[in-house]
Amino acid sequence: MKTKKIINTIAWKYLLLAVTIFMAAACSKKNTPGPDATKTGAFSVEFDNIMGEETLGFHPREYTNARGEKFSVKLLQYFISNIKLYRADGTEYTVPQEESYFLINGQDRATRFTRVTAPEGDYTKVSFILGVDAERSKMPVEERKGVLSFNPEDGHEGGGMYWGWNSGYIFFKLEGYCDLISDDQQGDPTGNKQFKYHIGGFGGYSAPTINNIKVITVDLTQAGPAKVREGLRSNVHLFVDIMQVFNGPHTFSIPEHPNVMFSEYSVNIANNFPAMFSHDHTENFIKSEDEL
Amino acid sequence: MMKKLLVLGILVALVIACKKGNDVLPDVFAGFESPANFPEPEYDFSRNPVTEAGFELGRRLFYEPRFSRNNTIACGSCHIQSASFTHHGHDVSHGIDDRLGTRNPMPIVNMAWQREFFWDGGVFDLDLAAINAITSPVEMDETVPNVIRKLREHPDYPALFKKAFGTEEITDARLLRALSQFMLMAVSANSKYDQVMRNENGATFTESEQKGYLFFREHCAGCHSEPLFTDRSYRNNGIGPNRVNDIGRDSVTLNPSDRYKFKVPSLRNWQYTAPYMHDGRFLSLNRVLEHYRSGMVDSETLDPVFRQSDGTIGIPMTDEDKEHLMAFLQTLNDRDFVTNPLFAEPEVGGGMIVK
Repeated sequence: MKTKKIINTIAWKYLLLAVTIFMAAACSKKNTPGPDATKTGAFSVEFDNIMGEETLGFHPREYTNARGEKFSVKLLQYFISNIKLYRADGTEYTVPQEESYFLINGQDRATRFTRVTAPEGDYTKVSFILGVDAERSKMPVEERKGVLSFNPEDGHEGGGMYWGWNSGYIFFKLEGYCDLISDDQQGDPTGNKQFKYHIGGFGGYSAPTINNIKVITVDLTQAGPAKVREGLRSNVHLFVDIMQVFNGPHTFSIPEHPNVMFSEYSVNIANNFPAMFSHDHTENFIKSEDEL
Repeated sequence: MMKKLLVLGILVALVIACKKGNDVLPDVFAGFESPANFPEPEYDFSRNPVTEAGFELGRRLFYEPRFSRNNTIACGSCHIQSASFTHHGHDVSHGIDDRLGTRNPMPIVNMAWQREFFWDGGVFDLDLAAINAITSPVEMDETVPNVIRKLREHPDYPALFKKAFGTEEITDARLLRALSQFMLMAVSANSKYDQVMRNENGATFTESEQKGYLFFREHCAGCHSEPLFTDRSYRNNGIGPNRVNDIGRDSVTLNPSDRYKFKVPSLRNWQYTAPYMHDGRFLSLNRVLEHYRSGMVDSETLDPVFRQSDGTIGIPMTDEDKEHLMAFLQTLNDRDFVTNPLFAEPEVGGGMIVK
């Protein structure tokens, strides 16, 4: 009897041990191995353009800004560059600069991802430039590759994102229609009721001038850090609220400022840019872009 | 018999070989040479060394009307060699569809020593200068990618690019660098002034030219400094705003202290480059000198060099001073440059319209 009890106790202990081992194994399987910084994985930021609390559609779809002005969008393009990833421990990873230039075209959903490679890691913050850094803006033509080039196959042709008369990229281009725009020189003398916001300015080459380069930093801790792992992709899904161009900290009226290009006033609009970006969610351990 | 035929064959082959060689290399291509009396060039030639094939491609491109939307306007349409690569007789540029610009085209001369380009200095790299003209709606009204597409489909260009750059690939960088090679070669440094400075061909100033030179050094060289005859700065020379209120350098810097300032133009080859000033408002050298003598308009940004101690503005100048000055300025014209066949339109029938 006593022997049986001992055997029972031993069996019970073994069972407990087995269950513990099994659970531990199960747990560790669920966690997958921790990030190994010697390995790399795919990482992207998704620039999902929206308009206030609506999806973004193009002309003739109408929206109303904070001033109560109805407008529609004809063209939306902007450069994203200089992507950086930050870990919770304060370390960071800078994507090699020449691989870090992207042109987001609102009408071409294929352009909404900035696809890069990064070391494995759990990243809690991402930053990027809306526009093109001053250093690259001053570089010779052969250093302006991909979307920065003027080549037909990969350049920025459709948007014409460059000022030929005042060497420099147009960082952000938004064009559309608003019936309130006048038909005179202050508005649109062609009578087409168009507004044009071409925002750029890297600070000047030999003489200082406006600098509309905006470094956007997005905290990922609330809506989910980016877990970069080998063979998988992590995608940080941002909402880019174009309404903030009009309604951001500097609210302005479209018919009062229907054309803003290289001018002092453009600084006000550029100051609205950071408010456009918010982190909606992160998709980790993605095997294919079809899952996004 | 066989031996004789063989000798004949070799001779024929040699003649053919010689002839072919002569066709390819009519002269020894000297490449870019900095004149002895000039400073170090600003352009970085290590990035884009001038080669014969690169220059020849650049020359072809300079006269290529496919740079414009409707294939009518080439660089050479408004930058005419005989006018020292300006648009002689036009106050402002005429571009595509006879559209008018707001500024007088600047000469494409001694570009290797320029730091910034155009009247307002908006372009900081010679390689980027052509983009301005291509994309301007009143000049060529085209896009760079479209120009590249047209050249890729052209029967000649892929081979010309291969000759210049090793492969047939036509890219933006190659296109712009070939154009720069042509523009960099446009060196004008053989005026009488240059020959006097270099003690060449026994050239000396006449008494009047010498007096004019002394006056020039005292009153003009502060801005039109030798040997480029520009200090490459931006200044308000008191001509007053024009009707379109062109604010000049201010449009690039957005700095009110730059309002109505324009690039100090070189005085070289002035005889070929009339009319004068950024909007071509003065038709003669005499009118220009009268402006400095008595026609100046005061404004906040007027260059301080024109403010005299007695409160007047301008450059005090007697009739005699003016006469001597004009005699000296005549020595700045370089006839060799404006007639040099090296820079002429190649005879390929490009179909460019000379406006």
